[in-house]
Amino acid sequence: MSDLDYDPRQYEGRLDHHEDHAPGDEPEESAGHWVLNANLGLLFSVILTAAAFGVAATRVVWGPAVADALIVLAVAQMGVHLVFFLHVTTGPDNTNNVLALAFGILVVFLIVLGSIWIMDNINQNMMPPTNQPMEMAPP
Amino acid sequence: MSGVELPASTEALRRVREDPHRLGHVGHARAPALGAGHGETGPASKRIIVGYGFWLFLLSDIVIFSCFFAAFAVQRGATAGGPTMHQIVDVPRVALETGALLLSSYTCGLSFAATNAKNLLWTQVFLFLTGLLGLAFVLMEAQEFYGLAMQGITPQRSGLLSAFFGLVGLHGLHVTIGGLWLATMMAQVQLKGFRREIIHRLICFNLFWHALDIVWIGIFTIVYLIGSVPA
Repeated sequence: MSDLDYDPRQYEGRLDHHEDHAPGDEPEESAGHWVLNANLGLLFSVILTAAAFGVAATRVVWGPAVADALIVLAVAQMGVHLVFFLHVTTGPDNTNNVLALAFGILVVFLIVLGSIWIMDNINQNMMPPTNQPMEMAPP
Repeated sequence: MSGVELPASTEALRRVREDPHRLGHVGHARAPALGAGHGETGPASKRIIVGYGFWLFLLSDIVIFSCFFAAFAVQRGATAGGPTMHQIVDVPRVALETGALLLSSYTCGLSFAATNAKNLLWTQVFLFLTGLLGLAFVLMEAQEFYGLAMQGITPQRSGLLSAFFGLVGLHGLHVTIGGLWLATMMAQVQLKGFRREIIHRLICFNLFWHALDIVWIGIFTIVYLIGSVPA
């Protein structure tokens, strides 16, 4: 066991009073805060999920905007999960986690949007204009 | 380090007073907390480091998922004369799957609340419920895949279906492996109790399970719900 492991509070049952936490790990005096967080997270998630299924199933939202509305709801729900289930906060002790998360989001956007952009461009440039679409080709 | 430390209960009161919303902010005049890894207070404690390391792993896992999402987005129209997403989406089943996974995320959070309170029974009860809901999710997804395969809708059929089965199947595989991990964690908690390294593993398992739910949000939105809307 390294020196890094040693923390005298560990053996006095007082470790919970550190002012810092990893994502998903927020030392507390009691379980109450965790239960409250879980309940709030479930409440918001249920509302957002129901809204998403409702938007997809009904004509409440103007047809061409349905996909955008669904994506907005999904991003909102991901935020709810990050805050209430993964316990990502704005606290100074969470700086490392938030920076890593920001970098992860950047990479995800580069991969997804870059792929869509490039492949769409290739699609438009490579398809001979006289050809029928693929699904029309076989008899 | 000063030799004067407040008793634990006073510390708790001070914390609630200074940081009522548990954002982790402390007064600017105060020195940083011990073990937070800030400035001269020494290296971060092991559970902070473990959580951060696993967080990095999860982010890299999400990058892998984003590649599958990108493939699906690119292949959306590549039906090759086969079925479109609109024809294979079964919205009520997706709603059930979503409900099962969301509830399992909830019970997983409650299990960690019980872990924090050092309550073995409730930790195990909520972990068990999490596992049951995860199992229900995997079974529903397997049934969906089986039903599609019976109609000749397999990954070989078209680019769209390759991307669809790849993305949804990868997530299902994660949930399955997460379920095996959960079972071993239940055994470890039972046999070894709330030892420090066991709690670290529970932290990691919690992060993993919640991250899977976040990925599922993307899947049910982009693959299923947007796919269910007639183009």
